[in-house]
Amino acid sequence: MTSPELDAAPRRPAFSLGRMFRDQLRNIAPFATLLILVGFFTVAAPAFATLGNLENILQQVSVTAIIAVGLTFVILTAEIDLSVGAIANATAIVLTFFTAQPDYVNIANIPVPGGVAIVLALLACFALGLLTAFGVTKIGIPSFIMTLAMMQIGAGISAVLVRGQIAYSVPKLVLTLGSKTLFGVPWIIIFAAGLLAIAHFVLSYTRFGRYVYMVGGNREAAEYSGVNVRFIIGAVMTISAVCSGMAGMLGVAYFGSAQQNEFDTFLLDAIAAVVVGGTSLFGGRGGIGNTIVGLFVLGVLNNGLDYVKIDSFLKILIRGIILLVALVINIYAERLRATRELGS
Amino acid sequence: MTPPRLELTGVAKAFGGVQALRGVDFALRAGSIHGIAGENGAGKSTLMKIIAGVHGGDTGEMRVDGELVKFRSTRDARAAGIGMVHQELSVAPDLTVAENVFLGAQPVGRLGLIAWSRMAREASAQLKNLGLEIDPKSRLGDYPIGVQQLVELARVLFSGARTIILDEPTSALSPPEIARLFEVLRRVRESGRSLIFISHFLDDILAISDEVSVFRNGAKVATAIVAPGIDKGWIIERMIGAGREELEESYLNDIGLKSKANAPIALEAKGLTLAPFYRDVSFVARAGEVLGIYGYMGCGQIELSRTLFGKMKPDSGALSIAGKTVRLADTTAGKRAGIGYVPESRRAMLFREEPIYRNVSIAFLEYVSRWFLRPAAERAQAITQTQRLGVRPPGVEARLGALSGGNQQKVALAKWLTRAPKVLVLVEPTRGMDVGAKEDVVHIIKSLAAQGMAIIVMSTEPETVLSVADRVLVMRKGELGSEFADCAISKDRLLAAA
Repeated sequence: MTSPELDAAPRRPAFSLGRMFRDQLRNIAPFATLLILVGFFTVAAPAFATLGNLENILQQVSVTAIIAVGLTFVILTAEIDLSVGAIANATAIVLTFFTAQPDYVNIANIPVPGGVAIVLALLACFALGLLTAFGVTKIGIPSFIMTLAMMQIGAGISAVLVRGQIAYSVPKLVLTLGSKTLFGVPWIIIFAAGLLAIAHFVLSYTRFGRYVYMVGGNREAAEYSGVNVRFIIGAVMTISAVCSGMAGMLGVAYFGSAQQNEFDTFLLDAIAAVVVGGTSLFGGRGGIGNTIVGLFVLGVLNNGLDYVKIDSFLKILIRGIILLVALVINIYAERLRATRELGS
Repeated sequence: MTPPRLELTGVAKAFGGVQALRGVDFALRAGSIHGIAGENGAGKSTLMKIIAGVHGGDTGEMRVDGELVKFRSTRDARAAGIGMVHQELSVAPDLTVAENVFLGAQPVGRLGLIAWSRMAREASAQLKNLGLEIDPKSRLGDYPIGVQQLVELARVLFSGARTIILDEPTSALSPPEIARLFEVLRRVRESGRSLIFISHFLDDILAISDEVSVFRNGAKVATAIVAPGIDKGWIIERMIGAGREELEESYLNDIGLKSKANAPIALEAKGLTLAPFYRDVSFVARAGEVLGIYGYMGCGQIELSRTLFGKMKPDSGALSIAGKTVRLADTTAGKRAGIGYVPESRRAMLFREEPIYRNVSIAFLEYVSRWFLRPAAERAQAITQTQRLGVRPPGVEARLGALSGGNQQKVALAKWLTRAPKVLVLVEPTRGMDVGAKEDVVHIIKSLAAQGMAIIVMSTEPETVLSVADRVLVMRKGELGSEFADCAISKDRLLAAA
């Protein structure tokens, strides 16, 4: 057999800096933002650029990172999941509901062995994910609306189980992963990094990952190629729910308690991480690498603003502006691509 | 003598390098219906768009009631009393009948609020004038297409139009609905208004028009008053051009169809019905033959093709592949059952941003590996298939969007060839291609059939069907009509059957 690789040698068009910039805008812009932020905080606050603070940043973004993994799959197929925070919360509370709590916690719960509690909590988020998948793919509810409803359902499950109380105890395994260290490195960072690595592998090297990109790139064409589009969409919604559930469980151990509305801010943070990283809101472009950069941008920003003297209320506004700029770049990158399409 | 309602002299229009209209003269008399016939791309719609103010003409002039006019927008055309009813109706199905009649021009009371009862009353009167007695307060979408079309016509009339262009008004209508439409059109004519009636259905044109004009290759080739002797044959002769065009030469001579009546049946449809698109469709496709299905736009062939691949589900009827009855739940089931499908629109079948090899491998990834991608095998297969079909430039790493239309079409075919399907369904496989690419694709289709595949080619262009098919079925308004097999056929006979 002749070597196909030889024939397949890509025909490179004449190198053009402008074209490369336009093609790579969605990858360059987040990275440039990160460098600028790191540079700024390093100059503004001497305590910022230390190894200890790097560990802080990593730890602070870990829970968001676990949620963002699932959300990356969802956004790559041009869907959205607004229920991630609520499902994280519900899963966390299901976990504590099945764990023996100290006497002063007044919840009529059902303690079971730790391993069983973890399995039940995982089943809970898996079931919620399946429900979302069913609503989106079988009934045809747009994911935006379906996950808005799931957000309420997740919050409702949390409310019913925890009844305004605060729960503290989680199974030992979860406690270790969420709040202990391995050779000085927090387990939660290792867990998040491992999950990001697995997700990157799945998206880049498996058939399923390819389908995720192709469905996001052109859903109609995927369907006319015989790809089971509904299965892919259903699967990414389920993956997102399970990731959120794991984030919820580790988050409880990390924060030390479980209560209503504990994960509300993570919805915006996780979406911001994925989009700021440059994954296209229209699907098919981006990936875990982008999400990692987005997580760093968010982490550096949140952490760095604590080091410079700044009105803590202004932080929220600054984050909003950064997100807006990222959205503008995201849409702009898409449009540049579209104009080039017309040109060719 | 009064001047014509509308008169065009020497109107020409080019898009890029393509001359869409070449110096057309056209006159529409007041109080008459003027039929327009011509093949796709003959220049009918360009002329109508110029009349309706969508495009400006490059040269030539236009007069309305003798007055020289120059339209810069559709608004200008409307102000001059020219209205249009498009093939795709622009009604709002969720609004009431009355709201649709008054769409964009609702009567208002003193406070600027909509005068609902006046609106209903006037809409009702307006529709009664057209012989249509329906409740103006009911939802328009609940009525059949024929009624919706008349409501749109009422709106155009009500807006003061004295010249109305009707684009393919009968393509979605049943015979009784057509009869009613014609009655309405005659009333409109009696009120002194003029109508332009564009249609592929030559019988309809002849039934309603006072005059008929035929277009070909951007020029008006004939105009005649409808009289005995001016019949379907007369129009078709002029539409095709009786051999004067070099390019059409090859299609003019009769083409001999040789069916393969003894080959095993690859696909059989029995009584397939999907309302409102097609009814009681039964046919077989045999291994090694190219079955052409020809029909006008909107005749239901697109929906039929989607059904064969599992994208749409029929209301009733049965489909069997190689003798086994199948129920296709989705396109994945269609692929597994041994069907390959290339839709009519390139946007709907290809991933422009992805490299060529991914566009090819997407249809057979599951056969390369269960879990993990094997890029080397993927590329090797893609290279084999694209070389086999002569995709240019060679190489499978380039972005698909960088290829020309004809090569994109070849890629869309290539993706099905790794696991040769039993049946390959192609919709408009040569649309919008240059002559060379067309010939390549025709050649590919024929050689695939020679290898034993059953190929179904659906098209609205007679040339496409005639250039590849071994057997031809004609689809007309959702039903399969004439079949041509083992006989000589020419374009005029095909047109006459549709």
